Amino acid sequence: MSGRQNLFNRVWDLHTVRTMASGQTQLFIGQHLIHEVTSPQAFQMLRDRGLKVMFPERTLATVDHIIPTDNQARPFFDLLAEEMMSAIEKNCREFGVTLLNLNDSRQGIVHIVGPEQGLTQPGITLACGDSHTSTHGAFGCIAFGIGTSQVADVLASQTMALGRPKVRRVGVDGKLHPGVFAKDVILHIIRKLGVQGGVGYAYEFAGSTFDAMTMEERMTVCNMSIEGGARCGYINPDQTTVDYLRDRPFSPKGAEFDRAAKWWLELASGPDAEFDHKVSLQAADIEPTVTWGINPAQSVGVNEPIGAVSTFPAEEQKGIQEALDFMELKELQKLRGVKIDVAFIGSCTNGRISDLREAAKIAQGRKVSSHVKALVVPGSQQVRAQAEAEGLHEIFKAAGFQWREAGCSMCLAMNPDKLQGREICASSSNRNFKGRQGSPTGRTLLMSPAMVAAAAIEGSVADVRDMM
Amino acid sequence: MQKIEQVTGRAVPLPLDDIDTDRIIPARYLRCVTFEGLGEHAFEDDRQQDSKHPFDDARYKGASVLVAGRNFGCGSSREHAPQALVRWGIKAMVAESFAEIFFGNCTSNGVPCVCVPADAVKQLATAITANPQEPVTVDLQALEVSCGKLKFACTMPNSARSSLTTGQWDFLAQLVEAADEVRATAKKLPYLNGFVSA
Repeated sequence: MSGRQNLFNRVWDLHTVRTMASGQTQLFIGQHLIHEVTSPQAFQMLRDRGLKVMFPERTLATVDHIIPTDNQARPFFDLLAEEMMSAIEKNCREFGVTLLNLNDSRQGIVHIVGPEQGLTQPGITLACGDSHTSTHGAFGCIAFGIGTSQVADVLASQTMALGRPKVRRVGVDGKLHPGVFAKDVILHIIRKLGVQGGVGYAYEFAGSTFDAMTMEERMTVCNMSIEGGARCGYINPDQTTVDYLRDRPFSPKGAEFDRAAKWWLELASGPDAEFDHKVSLQAADIEPTVTWGINPAQSVGVNEPIGAVSTFPAEEQKGIQEALDFMELKELQKLRGVKIDVAFIGSCTNGRISDLREAAKIAQGRKVSSHVKALVVPGSQQVRAQAEAEGLHEIFKAAGFQWREAGCSMCLAMNPDKLQGREICASSSNRNFKGRQGSPTGRTLLMSPAMVAAAAIEGSVADVRDMM
Repeated sequence: MQKIEQVTGRAVPLPLDDIDTDRIIPARYLRCVTFEGLGEHAFEDDRQQDSKHPFDDARYKGASVLVAGRNFGCGSSREHAPQALVRWGIKAMVAESFAEIFFGNCTSNGVPCVCVPADAVKQLATAITANPQEPVTVDLQALEVSCGKLKFACTMPNSARSSLTTGQWDFLAQLVEAADEVRATAKKLPYLNGFVSA
């Protein structure tokens, strides 16, 4: 669209209900997604005040965080997890919210289900009690991760109180090298802009590199906006977006779809759109990237040495050394060749069908190293069914990967899939925080799913380009 | 709601950068349907690996002001993180900066989070370590943090500050009051009217 307004501000204005006494905006939320972990206390808040869900048809629930990915028979062995399952089932029944439960073929990780079902659309506002809600911005909507009090706000009022963030255009242009994936692009962006560089900003990812990406790749990029401190990130809708949404269960149909598509395309920031800040990066500079530390900005190219501690800003050096000590890595060391114990392919970042296809290409005809425990966890039941229809599960199983049911699995240590002791995991997930994968002293190396598959086979961090 | 204009109390120093919410409350404690009992598990894994962790140090027992570094509360949106800190006894936080979702969760729970420069964090942490009995005051009216002779200007977004100082941090009550305006906004949205208004 022409004009100086960027997509973010256009969508924000459209959803503004009023300005509150605090000066914040009361913002209408078009689509609300909930899951079992951050919703029980929110429903209780409504009960305590005698409130109802204002638009129950605009909230969709699923279960993903605490569910086992091997034996899903009820009741779960973990009684706390079972209690949470019972809570979301009861809450959804009582408040009239649709729940995609384990016995529903549409169940999966909340950020995979929304797009898959066509609920995530350009120009909407979307909220979910999970920081990786930024994923949905791939469609050119405004998507916020929220806390439990705000989950209650959205349930009861379909709105929340927010200050308008600034908007930064993160430009990446050019063609990616072979073996470099969307995951590498976002890891590179976070490395360059830092884990708190995005605080106070929404990120617009724009440029020819993103234009060339599929929707699934765009979701991987937007998913990790929050790891760069930006509460939301988005990509302007284009024909790729429209084509993805055609014929999804919740997409508009017929003439309504044509009207929708026209509006979606008009929302995109035009060439004259203004931003509070702009940065520009080149696709050609991006290598297959691996994290070496305890936050997602601490990464290097797979063949590039970790920087010398003395080259980091003085105030960061103590933290850098602590991260290296925790990881048992040294300055100037290369990640390539670092022995791994576990390989995890899955999560809301990289648990989609295209991720499994790329990993399967590497696994095909090869064997997982004998000392590595390797898991492939589809992001949703639909991803799992599609992978099985394509025979990907046979490739993985023949190579020695475990083939699991859909869920969050080893991304976050709330279910039985966890690291033990000091294990090192090559992981396609989004966070390498201390303890993130379930062992307080466990270690995580973030990388693309193809790189995880390569590491599983090699038994140590490898360069996927050698296996392509 | 209660007006929160000032918090005074002994402080606990944790002047580290990028402390994420997984460290504040490990994910296994999110397997719960209420926020009860989270306080004892605050920083549990860090405490197990560091026998000198400030949250286990008897000198800081009863502290109500947390002094932290840059980007405190980054990562997961879990409100269990501020809930765990509140249940441990924290009533206000002073840091170089906060992650946004964490900051919002704190405000929704009536916990003021103010920012001071890195050097002020350092000086406050040194002063508290030297004399853990010295109270720290976070003054939202004056936008000032003080500890003994130390006094620093602090910042806080005006929206959060006014919400807390006027006792209007119960956003849920205010949001539901505008139900008619909410319905009017919904009617204008293309995706809720068959895209006829697009």
